[in-house]
Amino acid sequence: MAAPKNLVSHALCNPDALHRYSLSDWDLLVRQARRAGLLARLRHVLEQHKRLGVIPAEARWHFDAAATLGAKQQIAVRWEVGKIAEALAGLAIPLVVLKGGAYVMAGLPAASGRLFNDIDILVPRDQLGPVEAALMLAGWHPSGLSDYDQRYYRRWMHEIPPLQHVKRATVIDVHHAILPDTARYHPDSAKLRSRAIPVAGMKNVLVLAPEDMVLHSATHLFHDGELPHGLRDLTDLDLLLRHFAFDPGFWNRLATRADELELSRPLFYALRYVRHFLATPIPQDFDGAMEHASPGAVPLAMMDALFTRALAPDHASCEDAFTPFARKAAFIRAHWLRMPPHLLFPHLFHKAFARHHENGQEPKPA
Amino acid sequence: MKLCQMSPTDFRRQLAGQGVWLRTGPFSLRVQSRLPRVAEGLAELYGQFEVRNPRLTFADFHIEVNPPGVLRRWFRPQVNFSFDGELPFKPLPLDQAYPMLEWGLNWCVSMHAHQYLIIHAAVVEKNGLAAILPAPPGSGKSTLTAGLVLSGWRLLSDELTLIDRKTGWIQPLPRPVSLKNESIPLIRAFSPQAFINRESHDTAKGTVAHMRPPKESVRRQHEPARPGWVIFPKWEAAAATTLTPRSKAQTFMFLAQNAFNYSHLGADGFRVGTTLIEQTECYDFHYSRLDQAIAAFDRLAATMKPSAIT
Repeated sequence: MAAPKNLVSHALCNPDALHRYSLSDWDLLVRQARRAGLLARLRHVLEQHKRLGVIPAEARWHFDAAATLGAKQQIAVRWEVGKIAEALAGLAIPLVVLKGGAYVMAGLPAASGRLFNDIDILVPRDQLGPVEAALMLAGWHPSGLSDYDQRYYRRWMHEIPPLQHVKRATVIDVHHAILPDTARYHPDSAKLRSRAIPVAGMKNVLVLAPEDMVLHSATHLFHDGELPHGLRDLTDLDLLLRHFAFDPGFWNRLATRADELELSRPLFYALRYVRHFLATPIPQDFDGAMEHASPGAVPLAMMDALFTRALAPDHASCEDAFTPFARKAAFIRAHWLRMPPHLLFPHLFHKAFARHHENGQEPKPA
Repeated sequence: MKLCQMSPTDFRRQLAGQGVWLRTGPFSLRVQSRLPRVAEGLAELYGQFEVRNPRLTFADFHIEVNPPGVLRRWFRPQVNFSFDGELPFKPLPLDQAYPMLEWGLNWCVSMHAHQYLIIHAAVVEKNGLAAILPAPPGSGKSTLTAGLVLSGWRLLSDELTLIDRKTGWIQPLPRPVSLKNESIPLIRAFSPQAFINRESHDTAKGTVAHMRPPKESVRRQHEPARPGWVIFPKWEAAAATTLTPRSKAQTFMFLAQNAFNYSHLGADGFRVGTTLIEQTECYDFHYSRLDQAIAAFDRLAATMKPSAIT
C-alpha cells in the first residue's frame, strides 16, 4: 500500500499501526492533526486503545498540551452554558444547545478531545429579539463583523451575527433554524425542538434527540461553505454514530427521521464520507435504506472528487493539484444550496472582492 | 553538530532549500528562509545551537520567513512569517525580517507549549536560583537582563519564562536577547564582548537588535533552575538602587495576568502560580545605573543559597 497522505485519518482508523510510524511520519501527523484541530482527539483515541506509549517522546507534548486545552474548554463550555441559561432564565424558553456544546452537556464520547471555537444554541424564531437583548444585558455583544455581514446574517441566515462576551471573549452563535430560510431544504426547527432532551441537572437546557443530533451535524457539514474543521466534524459524526448504534433501533429511526425532516441527502453524504475517512461501521442493510437519497452516478462521482479533498486536513501535505479547486467548489456548492441565484451571485461577488478591505483584525506580532 | 560547525555555504543552501533543523531549549525548529539577512542573523546568533539533518527527525515548529510574492520585491519589499503554512501576522517591511523570526518564535511557544505556565518575563540564574523579571515594556527589563548575563548570570530567557508544570522549576530557553532603542548603544558600551546583530529600524517597538546569548547559557540550556526571586525592575533617571519587598498576593495577580496561558491551564495554572510565589522572594527594584543594579543582584545571589530554601 502506498503511504497514506492523510495521516490523521489513517491514525484515527488504525491506532494499532502507529508503532510503524517513523519520526518524520510523526512530524507530519502532528502538523496535520494540529491544522485539523484533532491533536487532542487523536490523543484520546490512542489513550482508549492503550496506545499512548507509541507516541515518540519528542512528539508527546504536542498531544498533552492540546489535551490540556481541551480539558479546560470542556469546563469552560459547561460554565458558559450555565451562564447563557442564567441570562435567558427570565424568558422561560427552552434553550437547545447544538453541536460541540451539546456533546459536552450530554456527556457524549463526541465531546472527548474536542476543541471549541464557539457555543451554538437554538431558540424559537419569535424569541430572537428578547434572546439577543437578554444576552446583551449579560455581556454578549455582536462584534468584529462588517456592516455587510451584519445585514447578511440578519436578512438571510438561520442565525444572528455571532455574539462575543465583553470580558471572557467567548462567542455564541444564536440559531433559530439549522438551515437558512433561503436554503433548498427546510427542516422544521419546531419538530427538532419538540423532541429535544433535557440535560440532567439543568433547568431549561436541552440537547437534540440522537437522530436529530446526527442529522444536524450532517446538514451543517454539507451546507457550510468553509470547511477548515471538516475532518473534525466528521470525527464528531463518527463518534456519535458509533455511540448511538449501541441502541439496535437507532439506524431505523435515523432513516425515518431523515425522510421526515427532508434531510436524507445530507445524511447520505455524511455516511459516505465518514466511512471513507474514518471507516465508521454502518450496517450493510442501511445502504439500501439510503439508496433513494443518492444523487445520480455522475453527480456522486463529482461529489466524491470534491469532498474526499475538501474534508481532508487543510495542510499542504494532504493536497493534490485539484484540491484548491475542490475547496472552492465545495464553498460555492454550499452557498448554492443555501441561497437562490439572485442572492448568491451578488453575495459571492461581494465576498470575492470586498472581504480583504473590511477586516483588518489579525493579531500583531508580539 | 553545532550550527557554527556547518560551512556557511551549506548552511545558506539548506536554509533556503529544505530548511535547517535547530534546537533551542526544549524546542526543535525547522526554519526555512530564502532571505540572506535571516541566514546572517541565525548564523551570527545561533552558532552554539545544535543542528541536525532535517529529513530524519521531528520538529516542533515548522516556520518560514520569506517575501510574500514577486510583486512586492521591488516596491516596499515585505516579509511574512509562516507557521507551517499559516500566516499569524500581517507582513512587515523586509528590514524587519530577522526580528520577525524571533517574534514569530515567541508566538509559536506561547500559543502551544501548555506543558509550561508561560509568563511574559525575562529570567536569569545564579548559584542555582532563578530571578524572574516580569515588567511592562519600557521598564528596562531587557537592558538589565543583557547586563546581568554579560556579568556572569546565566540567561534562561529574555521574554518567556517557562515554568514546568510537573516540577515547578524553570526550563531555559536561552535565545537571543532583544534590545531596543537606547539599550543597543548602552549594552555595546557596557561590554565590548557583547555581540549585537544589525539593527532593524521603525519596528512597532522602535529600533530593535538582538544580542547573542552567552555560550555558557546555551551549553547549559537543558539544565532547569529553581525559582528564587520575582523582581520587578524599573529604570528611572537618577534613581538610587533600591530593592523593596512587595506583596506576594499582588505579585501573583500580576504574574497570572501576564502569563500567556494562565487561563488555558485551569486550576493547575493557579496551583503552579501559587507554588511559585510561595517559594520565591518578591521585590520591586529601582535603578538608574546598570553596574550598580548588577552589584545589587550579585549581593542578592550571595545571600540566598538554594540550600537555604526548603
